[in-house]
Amino acid sequence: MKVEQISIFLENKAGRLAEVTRVLGEGGINIRALSLADTSDFGILRLIVNNHEKAKQVLKEHGFTVGRTEVVAVEVEDRPGGLNRILQILSQADINVEYMYAFVQQSGQNAVLIFRFDDSDAAIAVLRREGVNVIDGTRLYAM
Amino acid sequence: MIYNEEFETMPREALEAIQVRRLQATAARVYNTVPFYRKRFDEVGVKPDQIRTLDDLRKLPFTYKDDLRDNYPFGMFAVPMDNVVRIHASSGTTGKPTVVGYTARDVQTWAELMARTLMAAGATKNDIVHNAYGYGLFTGGLGFHYGAEKLGASVIPISGGNTRRQVMIMKDFGPTILTCTPSYALHMAEVAEEMGVSFHDLKFKAGVFGAEPWTEQMRQEIERKLNLKAMDIYGLSEVIGPGVSVECIEAQNGLHVFEDHFIPEIIDPKTEEVLPYGTPGELVFTTITKEAFPVIRYRTRDISILHPEPCRCGRTMVRMGRVQGRSDDMLIIRGVNVFPSQIESIIMETKGVEPHYQLVIDRVASLDQLTVLVEVNERLFSDEIKNLQVMGRTLEKNIRETLGVAAEVKLVEPKTIQRSEGKAVRVVDKRKL
Repeated sequence: MKVEQISIFLENKAGRLAEVTRVLGEGGINIRALSLADTSDFGILRLIVNNHEKAKQVLKEHGFTVGRTEVVAVEVEDRPGGLNRILQILSQADINVEYMYAFVQQSGQNAVLIFRFDDSDAAIAVLRREGVNVIDGTRLYAM
Repeated sequence: MIYNEEFETMPREALEAIQVRRLQATAARVYNTVPFYRKRFDEVGVKPDQIRTLDDLRKLPFTYKDDLRDNYPFGMFAVPMDNVVRIHASSGTTGKPTVVGYTARDVQTWAELMARTLMAAGATKNDIVHNAYGYGLFTGGLGFHYGAEKLGASVIPISGGNTRRQVMIMKDFGPTILTCTPSYALHMAEVAEEMGVSFHDLKFKAGVFGAEPWTEQMRQEIERKLNLKAMDIYGLSEVIGPGVSVECIEAQNGLHVFEDHFIPEIIDPKTEEVLPYGTPGELVFTTITKEAFPVIRYRTRDISILHPEPCRCGRTMVRMGRVQGRSDDMLIIRGVNVFPSQIESIIMETKGVEPHYQLVIDRVASLDQLTVLVEVNERLFSDEIKNLQVMGRTLEKNIRETLGVAAEVKLVEPKTIQRSEGKAVRVVDKRKL
């Protein structure tokens, strides 16, 4: 039920982000969602792509440091209070969110959010128990 | 295994008797054949016949790198040029190189010492030596080459550079002994990994690494990544080249100095006072068999320590500790002595990985600022900002606590720090003093 995310270490220098998108573009890789976290010196680019193995390979060939993390894609009702409901469930189960960002595509009428938890398995179990739809990796990459 | 059992395991009294005799002969010869030494001896009022015991060595004047430069190129040679069969030179970072010469017998002596060195590292005539030290004016390449041949091993004279080709040859020729600088060894491991070649599938059993300072942590990294036993070797062209001292594979604990050819001393670099065994200080060497280019009490600027305790390998020769830094490369940052190798150790100890790092020192508003650039590889990387920030702060804290100097740690992308296939560029000093 988990989704593969790749993350890339970037120095805060002009052109580095463009270099990543160039390498991915030339490798025929489609970016499905992204988030960029930054500090004054460096940033971490996190990506969900249609082919993470290939993406990792082409980025490494171009000298980037690439990490792989399992994240969780959660369907959220696209209405006021939709996200709050999910966060309440997690909060009551004492599950901490490390970071989160939105997926570009909708799943039917619902929005899709990508969550990074300390304990993904526990989070998935709690969410599913409460009837929240967790999207499988293979389905997500193809969306 | 020991190449020259008679000399390498000689009882100390017998060894010291030989040293005195050879020292007396060397002192007399340089006094009579090299005008520079005659002048120096006369200035301090010492005559060669006043050398009666080993302690009398202290009466002799020191020789400095500047002396070699002042007598460039051949002024320090103690034999006529028609007896010189080889010339080497060490890269001078400023100005002219340091030039040294060898007679035919010097070349033989050197080959014998390098055969001893290779055998101390576990090599025999059945081994294939992949020699990636540079061939040319630098003594590393030819020094190992002659030693390997003297031992009867097969030597691949690959020299430095063209790393992908080196990896291919390692795969195809199956060398068992690797000789190169430690930073190049790690570079080869990186390139091999990029090529999908594992050192665990190669046949190396041991390596002899030197010509630049390295650390115990770096040894562990090399041994793990290259799947071999890594021995430290020490030498400098002014003394003979590689083959002044080497670690034995039995103990890997200190480098046996070939004392039947060189007498080591440790001195305080400031007061020039001789320090007792076990006290760190600057290494000083006197050659006692060299013909073309003898040196008397040569100041190496290398910081080390001498241990007289017997070694379990059976050699009786004194052991020197790993070189801890240079008394002239020593950085003084806000009044604190800092050796780049200390920072390397801290990074290794903190993160357990071999770092690619560089120290940048600048003076901002009349205050020294030390910035340590560390390349983020996959083992250091995390997808969470806070983990990387904690790592940087931990390194800063450990540097501050160990060295007593504040440093800013900056994480940079892989391969952004300048690499060289020979020696690594570890320090950029931007201070205008």
